[in-house]
Amino acid sequence: MSVHDYLLYIIMPILCLAQLFILLRFLKGPQVVDRIVALDLLITVGVAFILIFSIIVDNSIFLDVAMILALIAFLSTVALSFYIQNSKKDD
Amino acid sequence: MIFSTLGALFALIASIGIFKMPDFYARLSVTVKAVTVGIGFILIAVSMYFVDFAVTTKSIAIVFFLIMTSPIAGFLVGRVAYLTGAKMWKFTMFDDLKTDIDVKKKEIEEQEKASQSEQAEKKDNTEQSDNL
Repeated sequence: MSVHDYLLYIIMPILCLAQLFILLRFLKGPQVVDRIVALDLLITVGVAFILIFSIIVDNSIFLDVAMILALIAFLSTVALSFYIQNSKKDD
Repeated sequence: MIFSTLGALFALIASIGIFKMPDFYARLSVTVKAVTVGIGFILIAVSMYFVDFAVTTKSIAIVFFLIMTSPIAGFLVGRVAYLTGAKMWKFTMFDDLKTDIDVKKKEIEEQEKASQSEQAEKKDNTEQSDNL
């Protein structure tokens, strides 16, 4: 069993399971903040997905995508939390 | 191989944590840390697979971003959740921020009272001088 097979048949399903649990919490989340944390986590596990994919296809260019996605995750979390805070203030 | 396994397992643990935990704050504290460690392990695996200077630099940059930003994001989301009134777990015993906020409110009320009484005294003085 080569490294590619191991990553493709064992690591990728584990990450898919993780994405599934986080997606369930994202759909279920009783409050908006739960959904924000779930979204942040979805993007962060997506970064892990992209990294494993870059090993499988043997192409290191995907690391740039992972870096940009990690930054976007932080920005979206901060923007959404500020939005909720200010919208509560106006009530 | 070993590092990617560890990273994937950490991501799985974090996802189970966010799904099963009873309380928003517990979910936040579980997920932020575990996923950061998981991504760190996967990045070690990547930089061991491509033995290349550019790849290692990029992976160090990604780890740096994640370690810098995830606690800030967690802090902001937790603060917003507290201010918008997220419910705590029913067995939560300590709420330190609430006592802090109560102390601050009391201080502000005392200051307002003091300023009001000062203004009243001033008014009394002006009335007395008018009478004189």
